[in-house]
Amino acid sequence: MRYSAFGILKQGLTGNKGWKPVWREPEPKKSYDYIIVGGGGHGLATAHYLAKVYGGKNIAVLEKGWIGSGNIGRNTTIVRSNYGLEGNQPFYEMSLKLWEGLEQDLNYNAMMSQRGILNLAHSDGQRDAYAKRGNAMLMSGADAELLDRAAIQKMCPFLNFDNERFPIKAGLLQRRAGTARHDAVAWGYARSADLHGVDIIQNCEVTGFQMKNGKCLGVQTSKGMIKAKKTAVCVAGASSRVMEKAGMRLPIESHVLQAFVSEGLKPTIPGVITYGAGHFYVSQSDKGGLVFGGDLDGYNSYAQRGNLPVVEDVCSGGMSIMPMIGRARLLRMWGGVMDMSMDGSPFIDKTGIEGLYFNGGWCYGGFKATPASGYCYAHLLATDTSHENASQMRLDRFIRGNMIDEKGVGAQPNLH
Amino acid sequence: MIINHPLLGPRDANEFIHLGDESMIDRPDGMGEHAAKEFHEYLYLRDNPAGKYRELWYHEAGDRSWLVVTRDTVTHEIFNVELARDVARSRGRSK
Repeated sequence: MRYSAFGILKQGLTGNKGWKPVWREPEPKKSYDYIIVGGGGHGLATAHYLAKVYGGKNIAVLEKGWIGSGNIGRNTTIVRSNYGLEGNQPFYEMSLKLWEGLEQDLNYNAMMSQRGILNLAHSDGQRDAYAKRGNAMLMSGADAELLDRAAIQKMCPFLNFDNERFPIKAGLLQRRAGTARHDAVAWGYARSADLHGVDIIQNCEVTGFQMKNGKCLGVQTSKGMIKAKKTAVCVAGASSRVMEKAGMRLPIESHVLQAFVSEGLKPTIPGVITYGAGHFYVSQSDKGGLVFGGDLDGYNSYAQRGNLPVVEDVCSGGMSIMPMIGRARLLRMWGGVMDMSMDGSPFIDKTGIEGLYFNGGWCYGGFKATPASGYCYAHLLATDTSHENASQMRLDRFIRGNMIDEKGVGAQPNLH
Repeated sequence: MIINHPLLGPRDANEFIHLGDESMIDRPDGMGEHAAKEFHEYLYLRDNPAGKYRELWYHEAGDRSWLVVTRDTVTHEIFNVELARDVARSRGRSK
């Protein structure tokens, strides 16, 4: 069923009785050409682009729980392409361009809102670094503007400009960045993939891989054995646990990142704002809640919840840059499990095992990457070559010395 | 989380810094035949289990000791805390 304004009107006038389930719930077949393990945003996007752009047939997405139950439903919904390194920025700009056409492509309202992202600088050095990063963004075809203090004062008069230690000196603004409705992204991709014939199989946990002579022939699941010519793992947050079943150790640690939502407030924050001296980022949802977050808790965790010291740290960062939020009450908070890679950048690559592919290591930047990750992974699956924009996101980059370390902190996952 | 320091007793985890996997105690021989491969594994590859995990913590805001903490990564429960020095010595290291 194609969605349209006319369709909504018609349904509204006839008691909304004509809506149908958005995707089928098929039983798994005995074999597929492609099995995508993980029905999150990236897995569903991969299925969508594989079927629609690369003409893939006979595709299944296997999901342990229900689709969208992982990090696609637990993030802070920010979409941006403001990276500095060559291995990253063209990829994220490709992603942002896909975001801009996503709703038309999927015929689904993902509530993409290009309200802009402003990164604040608090020292001359940081301003210079942002100028450099802005230039890298421009060279990739993205937009970037370096704002001076007066321009920021006009845009966000509520910020704390004269903090003794961290006065606001400048800001890097990307106007095309913004936020999107995270769940709708999963649903939209799932619906489109289903319309293109992809079998989305929920409550189907992969418990192992079937290997023969160093080749992956399929997966063992809670719904039995399913054969596949190509098996594509896409389970960020649980990558190590799944790839362990294939005998692989990854350059990844799992860490918990907390997120917070305040009670609903009147519209006050124009876009996404990040604090450059502490680690704090905030936007305001369409319902009025302030959606914000900060640092990782810093220790390995699969718990999907964090501890109070980081709550205090994030909130004090918020108070430091935006004192007005001190009177807002927290409505809810939660934690998500991140694939923290050794250089803070992701992987879209073949593995050493024929027929087995890997996508993961998204750290806490996976949401914005969803469309390009799906597109590039589909490219890899269909052609067995890396997409040009993901050509550096390789599993063997550490032994080759080609890290994509945006922050420059080295092999310390909890600092990226 | 509360880390029960072997010398100082129960301390708030906030006083500590988390470094990572306990296997980092066993630094490979840089002059060995397979040093490049061993260092790649040592520096970059991790078991990253869900469940019991042995990891290095540094008591930065305390006595500056390194600890090996055995902790569950699913529940955050801490089972055992040892001085990293003792762990290294028990494996035949001099310090």
